[in-house]
Amino acid sequence: MTDRQRPIKILLGKPGLDGHDQGAKVVARAMMDAGFEVIYTGLRQTPEQIARIALEEDVDVISLSSMAGSHIPFCRKLKPLLEEAGLTDKLWVIGGNLPAQDHEALRELGFKGIFPSGSKLDAITEYIRSNVK
Amino acid sequence: MNAPQKPATKKVINESGIEVKPLYTAADVEASGGMEMVGEPGQYPFTRGIHREMYRKQPWTMRQYAGFGNPADTNQRFKYLIANGQTGLNVAFDLPTQIGLDSDDPLAEGEIGRVGMSIDTLRDFEIAFDGIDLKKITVSLTINGAAAILIAMYLAMAEKRGYDIKELRGTAQNDILKEFIGRGTWIFPVEPSIRLVGDTIEYCAKEAPKYTPVSVCGYHIRESGATPAQEIAYAFCIAKAYADDAIRRGLPVDEFAGRLSYNFNIFGNIFEQVCKFRAGRGLWAKIMKEEYGAEKPGSMWLRMIAAGGGGGLTFEQPEVNIMRGAYYALISALSGTQTMALCSYDEAYTIPTEYSARISLRTMQLLIEEMGLTETVDPLAGSFYVETMTNEMRKKMEEIMAEVDAQGGIVKMVAEGTIQAKVSTQAYGMLRKIESGEFPKVGVNCYRNEQEEEHAVEFHPYNEDDARVQIESLQRIRAERDNKAVDAALARLRADAATGTNVMPALMAAVKAYASVGEMTKELVNVFGRYQEPIRF
Repeated sequence: MTDRQRPIKILLGKPGLDGHDQGAKVVARAMMDAGFEVIYTGLRQTPEQIARIALEEDVDVISLSSMAGSHIPFCRKLKPLLEEAGLTDKLWVIGGNLPAQDHEALRELGFKGIFPSGSKLDAITEYIRSNVK
Repeated sequence: MNAPQKPATKKVINESGIEVKPLYTAADVEASGGMEMVGEPGQYPFTRGIHREMYRKQPWTMRQYAGFGNPADTNQRFKYLIANGQTGLNVAFDLPTQIGLDSDDPLAEGEIGRVGMSIDTLRDFEIAFDGIDLKKITVSLTINGAAAILIAMYLAMAEKRGYDIKELRGTAQNDILKEFIGRGTWIFPVEPSIRLVGDTIEYCAKEAPKYTPVSVCGYHIRESGATPAQEIAYAFCIAKAYADDAIRRGLPVDEFAGRLSYNFNIFGNIFEQVCKFRAGRGLWAKIMKEEYGAEKPGSMWLRMIAAGGGGGLTFEQPEVNIMRGAYYALISALSGTQTMALCSYDEAYTIPTEYSARISLRTMQLLIEEMGLTETVDPLAGSFYVETMTNEMRKKMEEIMAEVDAQGGIVKMVAEGTIQAKVSTQAYGMLRKIESGEFPKVGVNCYRNEQEEEHAVEFHPYNEDDARVQIESLQRIRAERDNKAVDAALARLRADAATGTNVMPALMAAVKAYASVGEMTKELVNVFGRYQEPIRF
């Protein structure tokens, strides 16, 4: 938004046990190049850790990078924790290996921005820029 | 217009940073160093292949990566692949197993059996390999952080089935340094992780001398953003770190070097890839002979799996990946690999179906049966282009290895995160080039379909019930086993880890007592601590 006093602040988390972080790191760079402040969590974050960091860092966007198929069970656990922390007004975004058949379930779990493999970096940053309140 | 723009006058630089000329002559070969490093197949420096007859004698081993769900599910898939002509197995483990968690660990929830098979105790290995002849079918375990434990489990399983482990062949990936760069299944900090690799090398050299305890992986470093030349150079730096550890323990180089192997990636320019392998073979032989004083030819051999990599496959127009896989297999054969594998066309989406895994297998079989790839060794040798590029790739690899040394060595760079930052910067640069169209990728930035249709990729089903079955089985084993024996074995493991004694004998005793992967890992974490990931951009 035009009257923002600070750059958009984003938490980029790697949920679960998977270690494939090439995509997460590439997206983190794209976000930094877009002028966002990025807090990259590193690997193996629990839902509790992601909710805590999001709250403590007062981020505008909570984003996840998931490659190994555990996105639905993870987001099911994360949603109530984010709600409890009062973070429902933040933008929730997820990217990675996300089959089309799971997108509706992810939207129902509060993830408005869904960026499956093959999404353009600029599409991700543009989406965030125009959807952060 | 859908085709990428390519002005004829444009300078062509390959991914490794070497200029590719429109024409090569004998003068180029001479200027690049001549034929000095070419030699004969089966003779030092082995550029043309590690064996004189290569595939005439025996075609490459075919070893598709496979594993999911419970050990019984995976056993079925193994048998399917073998029935379809696969000659080796490459075992995929689920993430809890890979990072040393039991199936009933709260952190394992939702991940049990998802990306590979779930293993808790020796019982699971007994089921997974039931009915498979371990002499005929060699097994490669894709395990790293928990490798020492799983190697012990494999050896114990084979022993229990009556095999003499002195004669047992097989491979463990067990390359932890690359896990810190890409793939990420580390557990312990860098130094004790290298020590554990050393423990397996030392133990196998003495007790299981035909087993290959380490397969050093350029593959995943390439997937993480390294160039083809960096892929080989970084892998050699890592292999040297393990070799140095073995030598510090007093092992003579010829007692272990012959059991080191490599895992490399194939995607991209055909000639750059083939020359990469030819160059790498000569360079590794030279390093082992000149720097390490190896005398046995086997210690100088670059034994490898060259696998068609996921990094080259696309999410878009996935059926085109079948053709990509065919070219990767061709490269692999022209490169003189010992073992071949291909990512399947649907692997950007999901665990391959039986159908797509079979297509990969048939792709490799075509080269053996119909295309004449096994008839003549190193058929590209003597080409002005190939010999020049092989020389130039080798020089490039040597430069990269010298840079690593100048920066304090690979172990330091991995611990500080500088290698990770370098390859991920490159990955970002490459993706930007693909997005801008500067680096053509069919179906992605050129030759896109007018309307990309919904792709008929069949998703591998995840059975939530598998997790419950696996947890119940683990709990049953905990109730039935001799827990006094387990406690004693775990106490010995803890003591040996703390005193710097090789942990493999203690692990062998613990797995035989049906201690679980999680229990053994916990003991080691108590002594070694956990790795803290450096986040650097």
